[in-house]
Amino acid sequence: MIAAAGGLVAAPPPAAAEVAAIDLRGVSKHYPGAAGTSVHALGPIDLHIPTGSFVAVVGPSGCGKSTLLRLVAGLEMPDGGTMMRYGTPLDAPSHEVGIVFQEHVLFPWNTVLENVLLPADVLALPKAAARERALRLLEMTGLIAFANHRPQMLSGGMRQRAALCRALLADPRLLLLDEPFGALDALTREELSLELSGLWQDLGRTAFLITHDIEEAILLSDRVLVMSPRPGRIRADIAIDLPRPRNADTPALPRFQELKKQIRDIIFDRRA
Amino acid sequence: MKSSSSSRFADRATIPAVYLALLVAWEVSVRVFAIPAWILPAPTEIGRTALKWAPELGFNSLVTLRETLVGFGLAIALSLPLAVLIALNATARRLLYPILLGLQSVPKVAVAPLIILWLGLSEWPKIVIVILVCFFPILVNLIAGLEAAPRTMLDLMRSLGASQHMIFRRLRIPVALPHFFTGCKVAVTFAVIGSVIGEFVAAQEGLGYLILISTSQSQTPLAFAAIALLTLLSIALFHGIEWIERRVVDWTP
Repeated sequence: MIAAAGGLVAAPPPAAAEVAAIDLRGVSKHYPGAAGTSVHALGPIDLHIPTGSFVAVVGPSGCGKSTLLRLVAGLEMPDGGTMMRYGTPLDAPSHEVGIVFQEHVLFPWNTVLENVLLPADVLALPKAAARERALRLLEMTGLIAFANHRPQMLSGGMRQRAALCRALLADPRLLLLDEPFGALDALTREELSLELSGLWQDLGRTAFLITHDIEEAILLSDRVLVMSPRPGRIRADIAIDLPRPRNADTPALPRFQELKKQIRDIIFDRRA
Repeated sequence: MKSSSSSRFADRATIPAVYLALLVAWEVSVRVFAIPAWILPAPTEIGRTALKWAPELGFNSLVTLRETLVGFGLAIALSLPLAVLIALNATARRLLYPILLGLQSVPKVAVAPLIILWLGLSEWPKIVIVILVCFFPILVNLIAGLEAAPRTMLDLMRSLGASQHMIFRRLRIPVALPHFFTGCKVAVTFAVIGSVIGEFVAAQEGLGYLILISTSQSQTPLAFAAIALLTLLSIALFHGIEWIERRVVDWTP
């Protein structure tokens, strides 16, 4: 459904030697547990997301991957280590980052268009330009006919598309995806994954995806990081050398199956 | 098709039929057992009296309605800033909550004479009593509503760098609205009771005053008519708020 991103790319493609989008070093996170104990949720880990790349993290539930995303988003602060975003210390959320959450998190009291325009309202962006961009994003994702509907009238896949439009509204340099299609059925998930892949390539942005779906991670990414649980650590960093653009036939490639087996082996070996 | 529409008619007719049967049973009992009208008047007798006293009943209903609505409106106006303060500020919560809970716990009937002593014989003591009787459900529900925003939605707002003011406007207030209306529906029925308490203690007008006067003169049918009007008033206000709620909170199924 996402045909072209004509006119949506604000900046030219980044120069080769540009600073990393995200650079974490020795980052760890503990949560308070029962009766004064402390739960070691994450790390210490290093994470490097080059500008313009698509990096995915796969791992089982409870491996700390959501914690990792919340740290990268600036929604939580680590106990140790340093975090940099585009060369400056990462200590708060930024309007340069768009997030698609696990649940769509659309406001039921607003229309789809009003939901997509939320970042423009919060960031006080010029209204007319924001509205034009919102309508173009809705057009690209096939939601234009539902712009004035409430999100509860939409299917699960359409809601996640609307959430993606909202995340892209302020033209973020970095897109964070927290199991964005986890709540959808397998067919819709594949459809949306491919749409996202095309959109990402057209927009030339950096993306960081958290998922428990190995195929989704391989289909979308340049690199897949495999995480192990308690405390969450990165066990492997696998380059995905599949050709782009990727499509519905990509999962049938022998190389895809090889990569899938390699990642599965790493995950299950650890858990066995 | 025909059977389904007739069964729907039966569903709709059941409840009025039960009410009507109860009224008939009341009427028949009063006649059969020859109960004197000053103890328990028959429904027809109450109806006749209501027609005869219609101007007085109408005037006094408006007095009570006015006290109820002014008090209820002021209770909302006072609850809004208090709820925002308590929801936002932990110190304000610790300071104000015990006072407000104390005010709620004082028996209003017991302090009504004092309020009238302090504020004189205007309609203000009645309005103050209405406020005291009905502010609490509004306030408590409003506070709960302002704190009910889901964590995921708060994360979304925080990830955009939204200010407290923006989070209030776009998230906390819409989430609080259904809670607020729940509080209002409870409170408005209390508000009617508050007016009557005030009128019982000291008044020259209002339905509460009319009930007091008519029972003291053994005009029981008139007292019943006034009580019936109070009940209808309360139900009408409840449904009025529900009507507004359906128009304002139009996103819940």
